This record gives sequence, structure tokens and C-alpha cells, in this order.
Amino acid sequence: MATIKVERPKLSAGEKIYFGAIFKGMLITLRHAYRSLLGKSTGASDLNSSGIGITMQYPEQKWDHQLPEYYRGTPALVTDEQDRERCVSCQLCEFICPPKAIKITPGEIPSDNEWAKVEKRPKEFNIDMIRCIYCGMCEEVCPEQAIYLRPDYVVTGNSRKDMVHDKNRLYEIGGKRVGLVNKWNDLK
Amino acid sequence: MDTVFLIAAALKIGVFIGITMSFVSVCVIFERRFSAIIQDRVGPNRTMVPLSILGFKKDLALPIGGLTQPVADGLKFILKEDFTPSYVRKFFFWIAPALVVVPALLTMAVIPFGSPLELDGHYIPMAVADLNVGPLFIFAIASLSVYGITLAGWASNSKYPFFGGVRSCAQMISYEIALGLSIIPVLMMFGTLNLGHIVEYQTHHGWLLLPLWGEGLELQRWILLIPMAIAFVIFTTSIFAETNRMPFDLPECETELVGGYHTEYSSMKFALFFMGEYAAMVVGSALIVTLFFGGWSLGFGIDQMLPMGEWWVSLLHIAVFLAKVTFFILFFILVRWTVPRFRYDQLMNLGWIVFFEAALINVFLAALVIARPSIGTGGFLGGLALLFVVTILLIKIAKSAADKPSHSTI
Repeated sequence: MATIKVERPKLSAGEKIYFGAIFKGMLITLRHAYRSLLGKSTGASDLNSSGIGITMQYPEQKWDHQLPEYYRGTPALVTDEQDRERCVSCQLCEFICPPKAIKITPGEIPSDNEWAKVEKRPKEFNIDMIRCIYCGMCEEVCPEQAIYLRPDYVVTGNSRKDMVHDKNRLYEIGGKRVGLVNKWNDLK
Repeated sequence: MDTVFLIAAALKIGVFIGITMSFVSVCVIFERRFSAIIQDRVGPNRTMVPLSILGFKKDLALPIGGLTQPVADGLKFILKEDFTPSYVRKFFFWIAPALVVVPALLTMAVIPFGSPLELDGHYIPMAVADLNVGPLFIFAIASLSVYGITLAGWASNSKYPFFGGVRSCAQMISYEIALGLSIIPVLMMFGTLNLGHIVEYQTHHGWLLLPLWGEGLELQRWILLIPMAIAFVIFTTSIFAETNRMPFDLPECETELVGGYHTEYSSMKFALFFMGEYAAMVVGSALIVTLFFGGWSLGFGIDQMLPMGEWWVSLLHIAVFLAKVTFFILFFILVRWTVPRFRYDQLMNLGWIVFFEAALINVFLAALVIARPSIGTGGFLGGLALLFVVTILLIKIAKSAADKPSHSTI
């Protein structure tokens, strides 16, 4: 391999004085400042900037429509098209959950109920969102397709208790899902 | 000592220290917002008034673009744990932050903030101490702050702070000389060391770097502009070095020295170092404005039309002065985000080989220009030729000195 000797470039007198370069540099930084104040920074429109620089300001501006289809946000329970709770409290998700965030108290469906043949539904279903690691194993393991990871990611609270999602909250996030397995109803 | 003087002095101390401290926080917010927009960011823009601490439901969000950020920063520093490592030299470790802040605030005493106020036939100068040795006092006190930095580095008993302290020491010494020499042409022109009189002169005869009215329109002043501009460049650069600002912030130097001399400091002690640095920056800009840009004067002959001594004129002049200082603070920040940090040997070369010689030659150049009317054109040109030969010789000598390998290790 040939040795390449790199010579330092010869500087002209103007370059040696150094002030020209500093002045040019200041103009560049000032132009950046000026353009970011006007919201005209390079890439500002592509990045959906808030008007200063290229930054999008979070709580007011969100980029949720850019979330991928497979985004794993908060886990939530869903009902089917007849508003039946899909969950049959088999507790598989509770057992698979790596950080043990899910806690289910199973309950029986009374025999006079329309869905008595399903036999069980959760009496209580708590997911501790402090523990949850959004791994999606509960969704994968669920035989009834009752639990899904939704694209919601804003889970906040002022206390540990606030961070535990109970059954009502989970159904509120999850909503209704149609067109999945219809094991228990007569639609198929 | 009459009562008017005493009361005025006490008031001035309170007000001017207050102005300086609030300018320190202005510096902080400017530093953060201005550097943010330079880097195409937003910066801290949503600090609220924390009413929820007082038991209210919600924090009050004012549409002031995060101007309360310095308050939040200060609160954070006060409430943080003040940790003193077990291996430090306690006494010096504790005294060092104060040694940085106190000189920076002391130098504020001689800066004239506004035009003198007339009260009961007394003229009260708008400087805490109207000393006849203003710039000398500032240089003497400001260079004391290096003790704080060096002591902090040494007392931390840890290697990176120590490097920071030693660097600061060497840097201060090498730039102090250029700083002192660079304003000698300025002082020769004014013929006084009283900052108040210097500003007064500029009010009537044009700012030093903008001689557009009064005596400033004479040819002599425009020739003088050459040595004055050189003095301005050297002085400003040396102020950057003196206040440890960016192109010369080797004592801090995050990339090499962790945090420099304040690596082991936390909480309010750390904040004091920062306050000292920013206060020095404020005083530095105030000094530049006072010497080269006419201090509190509005300029363009407007000051002569105003009734001097009225309270509103004084206030107006204080506002003008603060606006000029703000401009220079912004300039400091702009330079910080433009010029990369110097290498240590480059810094030493610049201080000892370039600026020291340039300032020295500049003194003689200014002397020649000032003496031009009395020695005549022939003498002036002869002097210029002699100075030119000496300059070439000096550059030759400096070059041969710079080419020798440097053994600096720190």
C-alpha cells in the first residue's frame, strides 16, 4: 500500500488573519437564527415544525397518524359486535405477562344470562401501567382475541393508583372490535 | 459626607446590583433561547408560574415565552442536594464559589449606568463609585476571580478540576497583559481614566468607533479609528478569554475535562460559579460599551438637546445603556455558537505571540496618530516607516518562536 503524505493546505494571508472566516461563520449562525424564527429552517415543513426551528411541540402537536400499524401502545380489552365482553378470564395473559402487570379476578356468568354458555367473564381486570412493558405477549397469547395493544401511549397519573387501569378503563380504551373469530355467537 | 450622598450611594448599590443580577438571569434565558434558535430548536418556552405549589389547581401559563425559566433554574439549584465530597479540602472548596462571584459583582461599581442626576444642586453620578481609576479598578478586581477558579480546581482534589484550575490560571495571565495594553490607546485619546468622563466625552464628540458628530467629524478622529479598531478587537477577544467564554473556555471544556474546575460542585455552589461567569460577561459587555460605544449616550447629538439632570433623562440613558449591553451579550452568545474552542497551545500562541505584540505596536501607532498634528506630516510618515520595520522584525521573531515545538502538556 502506497503511503500518501497529506500536506497541510497553504493558507493565504486573508485566511491566516482568521477574521473573515469568523465573520462568515457568524453570518451562517445568524441566518440559522433568523430562518428558524420565521419557521423557514431547512426541513421545517417536512418535519411539521411548530413555527420556530424544525421542532414539533409535543402536547399541542402530535404525529399519531405517523404511528405504524403494528405500534404497541397501551393494552386494552375489546368487546365484540354484540357488546359482549370477549374476555373469558382464562388468565393466560396473567400467567404469560413478563412483568406481572395483569391481575384478573374471574367471575361466573349467571345461567339466566344471554351468554351463559360462555360460562366465565372477568369480575375484575387490572393492568398496572407502571409495570407494563408493552411487549404484546398478552395479545399474542389470548385465545379469544380479547386483549389488544392500542396505539394510545399517553398514560399519565398523579399516583400509583391512577396508573392502574381497571376493567372499565380498559374497555373504554379498547372499544368494540368487529370481524374477528365469532366463536360464541350465531353470526357465523 | 452628607446625607444625600449616603442615601444615593445606598440606593445605587441596591439598584445596580439588582440590575446586574437580573441581567445574569437575562443572560441565562438569552443563552438558552438564542442558542436554541441558532440550532433550529425552540428552547425553554413554557415555564409556568407554579401556583400548584401554593395549593391552586393549575399552574399559570403566561404567554411570555418561558421568561420565568431563570426563576425555575434558580429554584432547582437552591432545592438540590448540596453534596460535598469527602476528599475535598473543605475550607477552600466552600470559599471558592464566593471568590468567583464577588469580584464580578464588585467591578460593577465603577460602570456609569446613566447620565448624572441633578438633585438639590448636587450632581449624582449614576455609578456606585465614580472612581478616577475606573478601568484599572476593574482589571485589578476582575483578575482576582481567577483565584476562585484555581482554588476550586485545587481544593476539589481530583484531576480534571485541577487541570481546569491550572489552565484558567495560565489563560488569565496571558490575556490580562493584552487586555491592559489594548486599552492604552483608548485612554491616551481620552486622557482620563474616569469612565464617567470618558462617556461624557463620547456624548459630545462621537462614540469611539462611530465618530459621526461633534469633534468626531475631523480627519484626526477618522485616522485614529484604525488603532482604535485594533484595540477594540484585541480588547473584546481578551474579554472573552477573561470571562472564560466559548472560544476560550478551556477551564471548563466539557469534552476534555468532564466539567472542568466545577466538576465536583453541585447545587448552589455550582450555580454561584455560573452566576460569576455571567456577571463577568455582563461587566465585560458594559465595559466594551462604555469604552468603545459611548456608554449611556444616545449618540448623534441627541443628548445635547435633552435637559441633562432630569430624572427621566437619566432613566432613558440607563435604558439605552442596558440595550447596548444586551446587544453585546447577544454578540457573546453568537460567538459562542460560531467559533469552535481553541486548542491549548493555540490559545497560548494567540495570547503571547499575537495579541501581546499587536497591542504593543498598537500603542505606538496610536501615539503616532495622536502626535500627528504637532510633529507634522514628515515626522508622522517617518514614524510610520520605523514602526513598520519594527513590526516586520517582531513578526519574524514571533514566527521563529512559534515554529519551535511546544512542550505544553496540559
